[in-house]
Amino acid sequence: MQAFEYGNPTTLKDAFGLLGSNWSDAEILAGGTDILSLMKDYITSPKRVVNIKGIKELGGIARKGGNVRIGATVTLDDLASNAVIRASFPSLTQAALGVASPQIRNMGTVAGDLCQRPRCWYYRRGFGLLAKGPNGEMLVPNGENKYHAIFSSGPAYFVSASTLGPALVALGASVTIASASGNRSVPVEKFFVSPSGDGQREIDLKPNEIVTEILIPAPATKNATYEIRERELLDWPLTAVSVALRLSGSTVNSASIALGHVAPTIWRASQAEKMLVGKTITAETAEAAGEAAVANATPLSQNAYKLKLTKVAVKRALLQAAGVKA
Amino acid sequence: MSSQNDSTKDNLTKSAFSRRSWLRGAGIGTGVVGAGVLEQEADAQQAKVMSGEVEISLNLNGRPRSVKVEPRTTLLDALRNRLDTTGAKRVCDRGTCGACTVIVGGKAVYGCTMLAVDAVGKNIQTIEGLAPEGQLHPVSQAFVNNDAQQCGYCTPGFVMASKALLDRNPNPTVEQVEKGMAGNICRCGTYVGVRKAVLEAAKMRGGSNA
Repeated sequence: MQAFEYGNPTTLKDAFGLLGSNWSDAEILAGGTDILSLMKDYITSPKRVVNIKGIKELGGIARKGGNVRIGATVTLDDLASNAVIRASFPSLTQAALGVASPQIRNMGTVAGDLCQRPRCWYYRRGFGLLAKGPNGEMLVPNGENKYHAIFSSGPAYFVSASTLGPALVALGASVTIASASGNRSVPVEKFFVSPSGDGQREIDLKPNEIVTEILIPAPATKNATYEIRERELLDWPLTAVSVALRLSGSTVNSASIALGHVAPTIWRASQAEKMLVGKTITAETAEAAGEAAVANATPLSQNAYKLKLTKVAVKRALLQAAGVKA
Repeated sequence: MSSQNDSTKDNLTKSAFSRRSWLRGAGIGTGVVGAGVLEQEADAQQAKVMSGEVEISLNLNGRPRSVKVEPRTTLLDALRNRLDTTGAKRVCDRGTCGACTVIVGGKAVYGCTMLAVDAVGKNIQTIEGLAPEGQLHPVSQAFVNNDAQQCGYCTPGFVMASKALLDRNPNPTVEQVEKGMAGNICRCGTYVGVRKAVLEAAKMRGGSNA
């Protein structure tokens, strides 16, 4: 790890003063579970590291207007054990409990989960987010792409590493992003972007900005998350599906289905969402939604297996959310 | 204002960094608003960052320990290389194996994935602090009783993770033990013994607490 200056501000204002206009100027430290590894591997070597855990207003989970507010530095463990979240958004509790290990959940933060960098092994070996070889050739399509995207037409083929992303997108959550010039609000769905050129990040965040909170609208949905891993514990999902259903009785008024670990962003299965409107969730309709969710997938040479996993995960998440036993 | 600034500079130039004096420094500048103070503001901002070697105090196993580190020094490296506390092991150094597990602020964390400067002001417990010299903590005793180690390199991490789990959930089910110990890897494959040890330790501790 390269040496760096360390700032430990206690107010947002002080934190803004410590951030820079380039990513190489300063990086934010919260849980540290990703940034420290990136620095040890020299994937990023910022001149300054700004620890935001001392900023009190970035913590806490509370109802705020019609929303539930989750502070940026709330740990995944605190999120997973929060009664308000568990009661209204079990999909988010399930996602948080699925993260890595108790140690990581004790350290890692909610905003850190959204801002962590992709796990693509080309990226982690220094080939950049777009994974280009020495002559500019794209390494993923002809390389080891077992864990890469099944929804991407390039040039990015990594998958978003966020575990909370699918649940937050399905629940219609937004992030509040603050900088010295004010606040802006971005739907979590729009926060993830698929970079089209070198030097772009995969999230809508500038080097001088800080994610301060996540807001989840409170209207009642039936929601659930279903993830599939190679190992049951201490592993990244191969596919993750989170659904939120608005029901009248047992009839679906609207469905949100968000897929994780299958695209550079959190992927909305809009066709599947549309076909469920007016239907009842049964083993048959859930299965059909699973089919529809992967109908437009474009798997790479080694990851077609993800289609079946995703299809099944959509079905199981829907059945779980609706409380239907298959 | 300027005298406060001076004292902050003094603190830093003497390398007598402590969280308290440093935070005092960090407070400066926040109240500075308006024109004509930009230079002071910039000055104060400089005071708010630390770089190079600094002296910090860590609360290790109930005792304050003074140690010189750089901001980039991990808690694990500070413990092992500077404080001669070598129970926590350095294996993957990437927060995926658990051999460096220590308890900070009552929670199990990976020592390799936390900066030493970030642990200032928190209670740090390592395997060395579990029981007085020559005695075994119930969790350690249960590991011995159940042959829950082979080469032993992962054991301090497992014991600390077990202790954190039992502090939080004194009577875990088998499934809760498996999930609660998911952050530690044993390449000798002693998981069966570990599972039994944690359950036995729960009984032993329940008995002593009752």
